[in-house]
Amino acid sequence: MATQVFVLIPHAAGKADDAALELLSAARAMFPGVTPTALVLGAGADQTAVAQEAAAAYPEVWGFSQEVLAYPNAELIRPLLLKILPAGAVVLLPHSTLGIDLGPGLSVKLGAAYLPDVVGFDGIDGSLLKVVRQEFSGQVSAHVQADIVKGAVITVRSGAFQPAQPGPAAGTVVDKSAEAAGLTARRRFVEVVQAEAGDVDITREDVLVAVGRGIGEQDNLSLVDELAEAMGATVCCSRPIVDAKWLDKGRQVGTSGATVKPKVYLALGISGAFQHLGGLKGSPFVVAVNKNPKAPIFQAAQVGVVGDLMELLPELTQQIQKAR
Amino acid sequence: MEILVCVKRVPDSAENEINVAAGGADICREDLVYAVNEWDNYAVEEAIQIVEREGGSVTVVALGDAEIEESVRREMAMGAEQGLMLVDAGFAGSDGLGVATILKAAAQKKRYDLILTGAQAEDGAAQVGGMLAALLDHPYASLVNKVDVNGQTLRIGREIEGGSQELSDIDLPCVLSIQTGINEPRYVGLRGIRKVASVEIPVLNGADLGVDLASVGKAAAKVRRVDYFVPVVSAGAEMLTGSTKEVAAQLVELLKAKGGLN
Ligand SMILES: Cc1cc2nc3c(=O)[nH]c(=O)nc-3n(C[C@H](O)[C@H](O)[C@H](O)COP(=O)(O)OP(=O)(O)OC[C@H]3O[C@@H](n4cnc5c(N)ncnc54)[C@H](O)[C@@H]3O)c2cc1C
Ligand SMILES: Nc1ncnc2c1ncn2[C@@H]1O[C@H](COP(=O)(O)O)[C@@H](O)[C@H]1O
Repeated sequence: MATQVFVLIPHAAGKADDAALELLSAARAMFPGVTPTALVLGAGADQTAVAQEAAAAYPEVWGFSQEVLAYPNAELIRPLLLKILPAGAVVLLPHSTLGIDLGPGLSVKLGAAYLPDVVGFDGIDGSLLKVVRQEFSGQVSAHVQADIVKGAVITVRSGAFQPAQPGPAAGTVVDKSAEAAGLTARRRFVEVVQAEAGDVDITREDVLVAVGRGIGEQDNLSLVDELAEAMGATVCCSRPIVDAKWLDKGRQVGTSGATVKPKVYLALGISGAFQHLGGLKGSPFVVAVNKNPKAPIFQAAQVGVVGDLMELLPELTQQIQKAR
Repeated sequence: MEILVCVKRVPDSAENEINVAAGGADICREDLVYAVNEWDNYAVEEAIQIVEREGGSVTVVALGDAEIEESVRREMAMGAEQGLMLVDAGFAGSDGLGVATILKAAAQKKRYDLILTGAQAEDGAAQVGGMLAALLDHPYASLVNKVDVNGQTLRIGREIEGGSQELSDIDLPCVLSIQTGINEPRYVGLRGIRKVASVEIPVLNGADLGVDLASVGKAAAKVRRVDYFVPVVSAGAEMLTGSTKEVAAQLVELLKAKGGLN
């Protein structure tokens, strides 16, 4: 199928994100033989630097530099893409907070199919593209098929495709800044407020006891505290525990929380959603306790226990205290 | 402020072991516990809090089969004045765009200043809110974790990577998808549910909404699920078995060996 494929290069502070090379592999896997074009939107020296960096991997780069593009505002990027993309284009975006913001509306406006949060590719037959998605926080996977004859917007999950090797710097950057002149939107960016630092810095801890919604009630957190104390470990958590205000935001592990690199990670009553696992780096020794044998956390763990936290935690704490 | 909140009834993934049915055509739906999508409770709570401050009313809308009535009543019991059910056999099998097309028709029945959805559904794809905004030609913001009303604009916060907050101003009318943690959804007791038990909830079908059934439903879906499957995965975890005492003893040894006891 004759398709033009475009990749939006996410970047910050003058550096392309890791996603830039993952999206390149995803594009190559899904559309072999098509040379994808990188789109670098930004402002000033940052934009120039990222466009040069992209050109080391992508043979063709379209650059758009305008002051209003200094911060990525999906409500500005969408009309720009509508203006510059040819009919039937395929656009790859990261399934990030920007991709989630931009993708659905872009697909509607382009009249293209929307394939969000893709984790794998399963073939293309004419204009029928088949990809893999996950549902129910990763408990099951699904093959999803879309007719992309009128184009597609595809958001790709971080880590799902191995980053491509950047080739020798052979790409050309086409400056298309003029096309981005005069953009306005009914949503105007104001500023970014950085997350507050918490009482402990979980990113520096070697041994973490992570608690999730499976703990059931706030009162039960004392069982986790007692275990962590016996182990000499620090308590961290998944997002619902922070949402419920049982623990500070600074204790949350995941894409919208902290990235931790412990040696040992004990996951208690955590299902293992990709947004949680996205914050767990450095190949720690992961032990998971969950009452659901299907919980995806068992795929990320070295050792698993199918069981009830209420029974296991007091026993484990007691045995550790005795062992010392 | 007139606010419409879209709520979806979903199998609760925290409560259920989700299994693929034979052949992969569906998941096993017997014995599944259903609930209102987690994110949507935060959206309804936010709408109610805005109306408590600014005046106006909240309408809750759900699209699905007859079972959605329970979900709509639960959300009304939180304090939403009105409910709306969109039910038609022809809606079944809609993709995200189909769902957004039907919700758009409902949203145009009245002038709403603000439309809220959840950031994503547990069985969904974080798409319906953005599509609805595009169909209505309203501005949109996803993953919203703060809303302050300033006349005809809102100062909103979006949650971005690392938990930082991106602040923007957005013009009304607009569509926002709401992220968990923005508020603490109020508790709904049996008494609350009983209070709204006899409130009449209009049920609209395709004809009532003026939705062309050829443009929605399974046949019109551009994006289709072919099957469900359980991925072939790496070995996964070594599973410990035995009594609680035995399992704990094994864990102590492993933690000792791996440096898990500081
Ligand atoms: C944009 C975005 C960003 C996000 N960022 C993050 C993030 O940074 N960090 C994060 O964690 N999440 C994040 N999430 C949320 C994420 O998608 C999941 O909803 C969340 O991680 C689920 O947390 P959980 O595993 O604790 O809860 P659940 O998924 O509800 O899992 C609870 C688990 O406990 C088990 N269980 C229940 N009772 C018991 C018992 N008695 N004994 C043993 N096991 C039991 C259940 O079987 C289940 O597997 C984000 C979501 C979005 C949309
Ligand atoms: N069938 C539905 N009825 C009402 N609202 C829905 C429906 N499907 C999706 N939504 C809304 O869109 C949000 C995102 O869903 P999704 O795009 O399916 O992940 C949900 O949190 C709901 O607010």
